[in-house]
Amino acid sequence: MSQIPAELKYASTHEWVRLEEGGIAVVGITDHAQAALGDIVFVETPEVGTTVAAGDEAGVVESVKAASDIYAPIAGEVVEVNAALEDAPETVNNDPYGDGWFFKLKVSDPSELDALLDADAYREVCEAEDH
Amino acid sequence: MSELIFERSKPGRQARAQRPGGEEAPLHQIPEGFLRQTPPAMPEASEMQVVRHYTNLSRKNFSIDTHFYPLGSCTMKYNPRGAHKAASLPGFLQRHPLAPPSRSQGVLSCLYHLQEIIADVTGMDGVSLAPMAGAQGEYAGIAMIRGYHLSRGDTGRNEVIVPVNAHGTNPATATMCGFKVVEIAVNKDGDVDLDALDAALGPKTAALMLTNPSTCGVFERNIREIADKVHAAGGLLYYDGANLNAILGKVRPGDMGFDVMHLNLHKTFATPHGGGGPGAGPVAFVERLRPFQPTPVVVKAEAGYRWADKRDLPDSIGNLSAFMGNAGILLRAYAYALMLGREGMVRVAEYATLNANYMAVKLKEAGFRLAYPNRRASHEFIVTLAPELKETGVSAMDFAKRLLDFGFHAPTTYFPLLVPECFLIEPTETESIDEIDGFVEAMKTIREEAFTQPDRVKTAPHTTPVQRLDDVKAARELNLKYVPADTAI
Repeated sequence: MSQIPAELKYASTHEWVRLEEGGIAVVGITDHAQAALGDIVFVETPEVGTTVAAGDEAGVVESVKAASDIYAPIAGEVVEVNAALEDAPETVNNDPYGDGWFFKLKVSDPSELDALLDADAYREVCEAEDH
Repeated sequence: MSELIFERSKPGRQARAQRPGGEEAPLHQIPEGFLRQTPPAMPEASEMQVVRHYTNLSRKNFSIDTHFYPLGSCTMKYNPRGAHKAASLPGFLQRHPLAPPSRSQGVLSCLYHLQEIIADVTGMDGVSLAPMAGAQGEYAGIAMIRGYHLSRGDTGRNEVIVPVNAHGTNPATATMCGFKVVEIAVNKDGDVDLDALDAALGPKTAALMLTNPSTCGVFERNIREIADKVHAAGGLLYYDGANLNAILGKVRPGDMGFDVMHLNLHKTFATPHGGGGPGAGPVAFVERLRPFQPTPVVVKAEAGYRWADKRDLPDSIGNLSAFMGNAGILLRAYAYALMLGREGMVRVAEYATLNANYMAVKLKEAGFRLAYPNRRASHEFIVTLAPELKETGVSAMDFAKRLLDFGFHAPTTYFPLLVPECFLIEPTETESIDEIDGFVEAMKTIREEAFTQPDRVKTAPHTTPVQRLDDVKAARELNLKYVPADTAI
């Protein structure tokens, strides 16, 4: 069973969000997502300064199986991206909730976080997909 | 595994007899500034070594002519030699592409007749044979839709709706034509989610792109309702002909309400494919899209057949190639269509569907889980190996690799993405029951192995010229360039 940390928020499209100080949200893809994708060979992060709405495409992740879009779980401005993934995309497989983060957003409206899934609700999404 | 030609290189070896123009190649016509200063880095080998190397490689070919090839959504069926022979008649082969119509009435009449046959079998009003591949056919079809909306001053339609299980070419085509892609869900039985469609439709809708039967291997049951909804919103319907084999001669996209489509003639109509081409992707369309069709097309005039071009069709999206499509592929398709006739085309669909359903039932009886157990399969079906992965740790990729040891090409793996650990299996109409049973037996054996000796499957293949490849390394560190052995990297 994949790891679903209780302290994070989740999108049904398999991104996680961690709210940090100063209204900054860190975004990555979940353990379930990296396991489903398999060995990741390429990651494309958004450009710093881009403004995204919730649900907008904000990157691409490509594995030996498939290429998938990464969506912004909430609205905001991209303030930092994880440039290390360019040379070491396998970090997403090895540490999806840590060093494998994708980008950081300056959150436009923190209340949008409430609309995201908590760990239990996200677990149900994963189980429904596996079935 | 045999050596690469790179590894056979020895300094000074060459094949002088093969040098163009002999020892002194005619370089004098090339301006000085464009002449390279150093020779290109090429492996050095003798003529005999080169011939032997490539002949031995060719003997390792794995193809529809040597093996069962149930690669879902690819329709790897037998390509009758008769169609190839007919397309290779000297009059066809030796005709110059710039020969005047007066000297080309034979080939023009064949192409004209092929246009009519395709219009008939698809239920459309007109056909242009110009597109030279499936992707180009898709591009032509969506460009025609764009031309249609713009010609009416309907400039706000900038969205194309695509179901989540579509072939990747569909969103790519829409994007290439300048549209925004709106993805909609399919429901658990594999049909388009009508609520999602309703939510996506609106004044910005230019078109819906659909494959029917879909990549879920099932027929879209609500197609008439879908067509009515899209048309009511002012959009048009694009039919992706990728899965036409399943319905050939039985159901016509024109009757389903589609406005334009492409056909992969190389797939459905007798050309070997999967090796990178050449292909042919004609577009078929309803009357209101006729002015926008790509040129040239063959028309029948009093004086005989001739090419119609941009002068005849000023609103055409234009030429897609220097000449008139891939003539050889079109002629093969024409010969194949005549060999089948109207009755034969129906049998293509019937046997393709029968074979897929037979195989699906056999695999289900053997303990495999079908992704859409409540649905009749079309020409292909999906097995999910998620239960096997969970219980044994053996994945769909491992099953795929192990099948090679049994002499079968693996089915399509991990597509469509919405079904985990999936195999998309398409036996086609040209396989006998013996081949199909043999494949089912191999699957049963591998399943048994997954439970009793999983490592045997996880380390497969064991009998092929190269064994389990490091596909992660290949994707991350792609390096195909020849570097002479004595060059320091």
